[in-house]
Amino acid sequence: MAFEVISRMESGDTAILTLIGELDAAAAPDLRREIELLASGDTVTRLVLVLEELSYMASAGLRALVFAKQKLGARVDLYLVGTQAPVVETIELTGFHRSVVMLETLELPGQATG
Amino acid sequence: MSTVSGRIDFYPTHNHEGYRMRAGDIFPFGATVAASGVNFSVFSSHATDCTLVLFKKGERDPLVEIPFPPEFRIGNTYAMTVFDLDVENLEYGYRMDGPWDPAAGHRFDPTKIVLDPYARVIGGRDVWGAGPEGDNPYQHRGRLAFDDFDWERDRPLEIPAEDLIIYEMHVRSFTRHPSSGVRNPGTFAAIREKIPYLKSLGVNCVELMPVYEFDEFEGHRPNPETGEMLFNYWGYSTVGFFAPKAGYAATGRLGMQVDEFKTLLKELHRAGIEVFLDVVFNHTAEGNENGPTISFRGLDNKTYYMLTPEGYYFNFSGTGNTLNCNNPVVRSMVLDCLRYWAAEYHIDGFRFDLAAILGRAPSGAPLNNPPLLETLAFDPVLAKCKLIAEAWDAGGLYQVGSFPAYGRWGEWNGKYRDTVRRFITSEAGVNREMAQRIMGSPDLYRDRGATASVNFVTAHDGFTLRDLVSYNEKHNYANGENNQDGANDNYSWNCGAEGPSDDPAIIELRGRLMRNALAILFTSQGIPMLLMGDEVARTQRGNNNTYCQDNELSWLDWRLLEENADQLRFTRLLTAFRHRHPVLRNRWHHSQRDYVGSGYPDLSWHGLRAWQPDWSPWSRMLAFMLCGRHARGGTVLDDYIYVAMNMHWEGQGFEVPRLPEPLSWFEFANTGIPGPQGICEPGEERRFENFPNLSLAPRSVAILVGKTPADREEQPWLSK
Repeated sequence: MAFEVISRMESGDTAILTLIGELDAAAAPDLRREIELLASGDTVTRLVLVLEELSYMASAGLRALVFAKQKLGARVDLYLVGTQAPVVETIELTGFHRSVVMLETLELPGQATG
Repeated sequence: MSTVSGRIDFYPTHNHEGYRMRAGDIFPFGATVAASGVNFSVFSSHATDCTLVLFKKGERDPLVEIPFPPEFRIGNTYAMTVFDLDVENLEYGYRMDGPWDPAAGHRFDPTKIVLDPYARVIGGRDVWGAGPEGDNPYQHRGRLAFDDFDWERDRPLEIPAEDLIIYEMHVRSFTRHPSSGVRNPGTFAAIREKIPYLKSLGVNCVELMPVYEFDEFEGHRPNPETGEMLFNYWGYSTVGFFAPKAGYAATGRLGMQVDEFKTLLKELHRAGIEVFLDVVFNHTAEGNENGPTISFRGLDNKTYYMLTPEGYYFNFSGTGNTLNCNNPVVRSMVLDCLRYWAAEYHIDGFRFDLAAILGRAPSGAPLNNPPLLETLAFDPVLAKCKLIAEAWDAGGLYQVGSFPAYGRWGEWNGKYRDTVRRFITSEAGVNREMAQRIMGSPDLYRDRGATASVNFVTAHDGFTLRDLVSYNEKHNYANGENNQDGANDNYSWNCGAEGPSDDPAIIELRGRLMRNALAILFTSQGIPMLLMGDEVARTQRGNNNTYCQDNELSWLDWRLLEENADQLRFTRLLTAFRHRHPVLRNRWHHSQRDYVGSGYPDLSWHGLRAWQPDWSPWSRMLAFMLCGRHARGGTVLDDYIYVAMNMHWEGQGFEVPRLPEPLSWFEFANTGIPGPQGICEPGEERRFENFPNLSLAPRSVAILVGKTPADREEQPWLSK
């Protein structure tokens, strides 16, 4: 299954990347490129990865998340939204859950709901 | 402004079948992801040629084989950077060309692909118990490690050695039992789920039995009685010294064992628990001349192994071969390895299996000043790591007390183990030696201090604590070696019936003996080590060598936490007591004199009469007192502690020494009282009413605390 990243900005400081399909070793560079693009500007303070439609993540995928965290630095909060159970497990087993905020749905703190 | 991308060394100079390369960096050895590609560096003292073999992950046949051009070779090293590799999906190995001349020590075979000894991730056996593929010519495969782990603010804890309480455990055994209730039994991740348990137990250091990649299928065979498969379960047989065992990681199938293990280490540190690795630098998984060629044998046999003049393998380890640790090349590898684990994994200490071998010359003769041991002792990276030797080997070199320590090395004190066992099983005339063991063995470690002594009654080798008091003989038939394996000198006693018993008197006696061992262990000077499960009376059904048992003989049954809740509580309160009382944790030996003007020696010996220890060859009673004003060499104020040990089969009355005003004695623990009444929370001790007469039940230990009757916080001179 192919991998797709859809990128959009919201309210100037929040970047939302929707990941669809399987994030395997071949796909990981696409994600890294998107992240590098975001990191080149300095307006982003929140990076939201919507993973509802991501069915699989290889180690390379997880590395891309690690890369995101390290590339964007402490000034940017990283949110993972709607992560599917097998992907959650991988993230927890490798300890990455400590570096991100895991959310069920796309309702960010400080953001009006509804 | 020039940028790094403009550097000339970022451009390839060579091409091989479409793969672009240039001369690589010799350091670091191994395969390293670099800005411009992957750098491969390997050495062999006797090879004539070297070829890098690259695979796409999991595929049987190589992607490409790239011979090292002569200009990429300096000295005996081969280094090459290969560009544009898919680092996530890469596996690599080497073909070494050179002489096949076993009599001269050379076993080069270019038909074989061999593993890089510096491989930092080893794939191919990613899931525990998933067997080798018969036709795969390259079973254990080098992969790349990514050093991008987020350690946050973690660093090694550097807990003072005298404050440690070590818990020796096997990664898989700890949680593999179905009763563990964890999501991924038998893994690094599962240990993480059990950190609250370790914390509540009061241990502040876990010593993990081997976690370097090993092959559980080495020497595997069915149990002749049951047909059940017997494995190389403990893993004292290394495939690669730089790689964590993939099969111990729930994420091994994803190749993420490094991250999972580091996460465990970070979380243990967060909980205040250090991590020691049990490292096996005495032999490898390649066995003798009939064993497989995995790595070292094919890479540089004569360098890595101790060989007889005829080219056969010396066998000081009892397992087929002996690593040639005092060859300078191998010595460097061992140093590189330990530095790597200390720096990259934040490991707090190392326990060296059969460490006496590390002091042997390439000829096998013991060295007076072994360069490897000296190097490790003075290394700047390892400077704060605890180094602990199992100070003997299978070749008859026994160095407990005489291991070349350079002021740095501690030892597994085998004499502590044996003396306590003889004492608690009521052997007469052990008092004098027992006194030495309780004091941190100054007879063995006079200039090295009490922390040179790792005190233990049980360890992975030998009986569990419960089996020590339930079996006179080992029962190792399940190992399929006709009960010939495992130690015969166990100093054990079955308390009247061999194995399980319904007799309430026997059950009670066994419980008391176990409590005696624990009480002595946690009030001795030195570093106490508890074997996994002894706190809940784990049994191996009399098997004293479960090295091949991946089953309930080895696994910790978590139902025992309830079944033996009293013993668990007893252990927890003892560790809490030890942490509370610095007087139990002196770094240096006691002088048995008063050097602070308290009127009491720092440590004094007593018998049935106060101040009159009985050193006669028939005595089984002994008591000691620690003066609280001498805690930590007189720098800290603590309570007084008095421990009376009656190993006689009849009850005895001890005269308790008088305390200075205004202190009085309080009773913390009495192993003669079964159940919860036999011990209390530290600080909530009951007043000892019958001073000076302490009546001790047969075979029991009492621990008293001398303190002010009022709350100690109210006493200005007893500042905390």
